[in-house]
Amino acid sequence: MALAGFADTSSRKVSAPMRKSRVVILLLLPGVAYLALFFLTPLVALLLTSFQAPDPNSFDFGAYIYAFQWQNYVAGVAEYWPIFLRSFFYAIVATLAAFLIGYPIAYFIGVYLRGRPSLQAFTLILVVAPFFISFLLRTLAWKQILGDEGWLVTTLKSLSIMPADGQITGTAFSVIFGLTYNFIPFMVLPIYASLERLDLRYLEASSDLYSRPSTTFFKVTLPMSIPGVVSGTLLTFIPASGDYINASDDFLGGPSTQMVGNQIQVNFLKLLDYPMAAVLSVVLMVIIMAIVTFYVRRSGTEDLV
Amino acid sequence: MRFSLGKWLLPLYTALALILLLIPIGYTFVFSFNDYFKTNIGWQGFTFRNWTNACDAQGLCSAFGNSLIIGVVSTVLATAMGTALALALARYKFRGRSVLSLLIFVPMATPEVVLAAGLASQFFTLNVEKGLGTVILAHTLFCLSFVVVTVKARVASLDPALEEAGRDLYAPPSQVFWRITFPLLIPGILAAALLSFALSFDDFIITYFNSGSLQTFPTFIYISASRGVPAEANVIASAVFIITIALVVVSQVVSRARAKALNRNA
Repeated sequence: MALAGFADTSSRKVSAPMRKSRVVILLLLPGVAYLALFFLTPLVALLLTSFQAPDPNSFDFGAYIYAFQWQNYVAGVAEYWPIFLRSFFYAIVATLAAFLIGYPIAYFIGVYLRGRPSLQAFTLILVVAPFFISFLLRTLAWKQILGDEGWLVTTLKSLSIMPADGQITGTAFSVIFGLTYNFIPFMVLPIYASLERLDLRYLEASSDLYSRPSTTFFKVTLPMSIPGVVSGTLLTFIPASGDYINASDDFLGGPSTQMVGNQIQVNFLKLLDYPMAAVLSVVLMVIIMAIVTFYVRRSGTEDLV
Repeated sequence: MRFSLGKWLLPLYTALALILLLIPIGYTFVFSFNDYFKTNIGWQGFTFRNWTNACDAQGLCSAFGNSLIIGVVSTVLATAMGTALALALARYKFRGRSVLSLLIFVPMATPEVVLAAGLASQFFTLNVEKGLGTVILAHTLFCLSFVVVTVKARVASLDPALEEAGRDLYAPPSQVFWRITFPLLIPGILAAALLSFALSFDDFIITYFNSGSLQTFPTFIYISASRGVPAEANVIASAVFIITIALVVVSQVVSRARAKALNRNA
């Protein structure tokens, strides 16, 4: 699968000698120019915007001038820190849940079904099948299944498992559920890619040496699949912490479940408060980069790139 | 082979997890047949009407058409530039190679909403009007990194002996590339193109920030979510799903058959 490339940690020796630097330049130029123009420059634009101040000569909504208003950051953090905390809490819980659900699936496909390629391919297609149908419609489907008029809630209420005024949608649970659901395939694919290459003789050796299955798992299988686990958790955690679909009112969230992404959208597209949206984006990005760097260092797979 | 976890526990757990993954797909498909009135919530009876008149929902088919155009154009752009970058990274040593790897990795590690706000600020600063063009530019950007990663993996797995054989037979470098390397890379390039089309087609966040008044299939769903998504949207999504799954299954079967034929000849 394509995403498995993310888990590919081997950087192959450069085989062909570099004879024609002209060829290299031709190959590199369009892509590098594109990344510079549409990735680096927007980040700079975002940074500049985050220091902007309201235009004193204009009463227009959304009119700002370039300034060095670093107080924007103080105001942003002071106002939105609970929302940052909530976003990262949701993202971390969803990542853990996706790991607990996803690892056994990856193990089943990569180890249990080893030697049955058609079954492996079939199960993998089922795992990626959600990618082929609209992300928004899938999330809306959960909203309707878990909604107040859905059979699930009505059944739980009639069995008195849920209080009569209880709700599933609009709660932290439903947002985390939605995040977990939407990113499980991103967790499964890289872990599968690691487990698929795992030499089963290691597991045999371990059991020949009288270790229990659980010891084999925790001492052999799991450590050998760490590169996949690192890729999978990052591929889940990063989009989950910046997501705002699951948490928005029209989907699985409610007023009390707003995440940073929702605030960036509201500030940028509704309030036209571009500096605040930029502040939130920059802070979100810096925190994520810090977490990712720390995590990758700790897990010892630094050659992830 | 059954090292742990009991004989039945693991398959059962996987089956349950897969059912959980597939429930919303089934739901979307079933509700494309709902004889709905105003809101497509709650079952109101079976009908083929939504399938036969899928374009009746206002704005749906033009949004779908926009998504197709954006998907095709940004896939072509991203695949061309990404394949070139992947070849350069996998085959050549040059100064700044590791910086470039990082530059390709970071967009994938950036939350979409940050990319979205960054691009929107840039277009705003430059006074570029948002529309089809800005969405295509934005989609090409986030597809690019995924293409590089996918194609690079394929380049790295090529057997260098095949190219050596070509050189030993006095083929000039361009011939070695176009008659040996490139044909061997085609499956990887196709996989990358499919992935980037899928990413573009389903993208919402970056699109919403950079599309202005232009509607794509995902923004159409998002905007109609508050008053109820028409069942015709389920029809389009289900049709796309069926076509893609069929393509994936066919390509799997073909590549399996080809591998078997190769083994027989060897």
